[in-house]
Amino acid sequence: MHELSIALSILDLVEEEAERQRGRVAAVHLKLGRLSGVVKDALVSAYDMAREGTSLAQTELVIEEVPLLAHCSVCAADHPLVSIQDLRCPVCGNPTPDILSGRELEVYAIEVET
Amino acid sequence: MSVNSRLVQVRQHVLKKNDVAARALRARFHEAGTFVVSLVSSPGAGKTAFLEKVLGSLRARYRVAALVGDLATDNDAQPLARAQVPVKQIITGTVCHLEAEMIANALEGWRLDDLDFLFLENVGNLVCPSTFDLGEDLRLVLFSVTEGEDKPLKYPTIFNTADVAIITKMDLAEATEFDAAAAHRSIQSVRPGMETFELSAKTGQGMEPWLNFLRCSQQNAASPQRQQG
Repeated sequence: MHELSIALSILDLVEEEAERQRGRVAAVHLKLGRLSGVVKDALVSAYDMAREGTSLAQTELVIEEVPLLAHCSVCAADHPLVSIQDLRCPVCGNPTPDILSGRELEVYAIEVET
Repeated sequence: MSVNSRLVQVRQHVLKKNDVAARALRARFHEAGTFVVSLVSSPGAGKTAFLEKVLGSLRARYRVAALVGDLATDNDAQPLARAQVPVKQIITGTVCHLEAEMIANALEGWRLDDLDFLFLENVGNLVCPSTFDLGEDLRLVLFSVTEGEDKPLKYPTIFNTADVAIITKMDLAEATEFDAAAAHRSIQSVRPGMETFELSAKTGQGMEPWLNFLRCSQQNAASPQRQQG
């Protein structure tokens, strides 16, 4: 259950940013890659628990899941992959170790009330 | 978004603190010339037996040490102490993985200049450790022949973040009807091009190719080209 560590890190990061912005944070927007090693539902539950009693108790967590995108050296093109269990080009079947996106675990924005 | 709020770009990795700590560790390791190898696996895959063999083999020619993560006991540090190298236990309490800061704290008072190799044995867990950089040069993921050939497919993320796969307990391969070809297919499916070794810490079979690879990796890391990069 490392999702609790992740949730606490999100809260720490957002609290710091909120102080800089001097406003109440209505929502946190998170990019979550399919290969990030973090499970969305577990993170949502952990976040709901972790935010209680903090200054972010009313702050919503909005998760945008980032699909897996890989570069195929044979096609010389980037393709979305269907499964993290099968890192092969969906077009030509060549192995695609070159992952372009899908590892994200990033707070990319916060909504600050004005 | 409500009309009374504005969107502020943040663009920060959630584990920024760990990343910063891991970067600092990596810089320290490189400066000291210490090659750092971390080990992850599920509980019971044979990390400790494997590490005991590796430490014992390297000890004659290299200065080696290990940090061992465990939730509650120091049972792993005891057999490792038999290898007669410095071993320190990190008891993580309820935390299911090692973090860079725990490594930094455990190394307090250690002279890294005196070490050629440092091994970091993570808590037995194939999920949580995948997300945390420990500043290591090489991350090994181990699984034993008793766990089934499809283990990599069940835990693709940890295999994808690791550099090398080690299949352990090969002495039991026949008894468990282990299908090595299927295991290699699983590994290549989640991490194309992954270096893989089959071995048994008990009988010693397959240890030498792995140790050769390890020594070469350490030498390459110590080459001037790498240090500039």
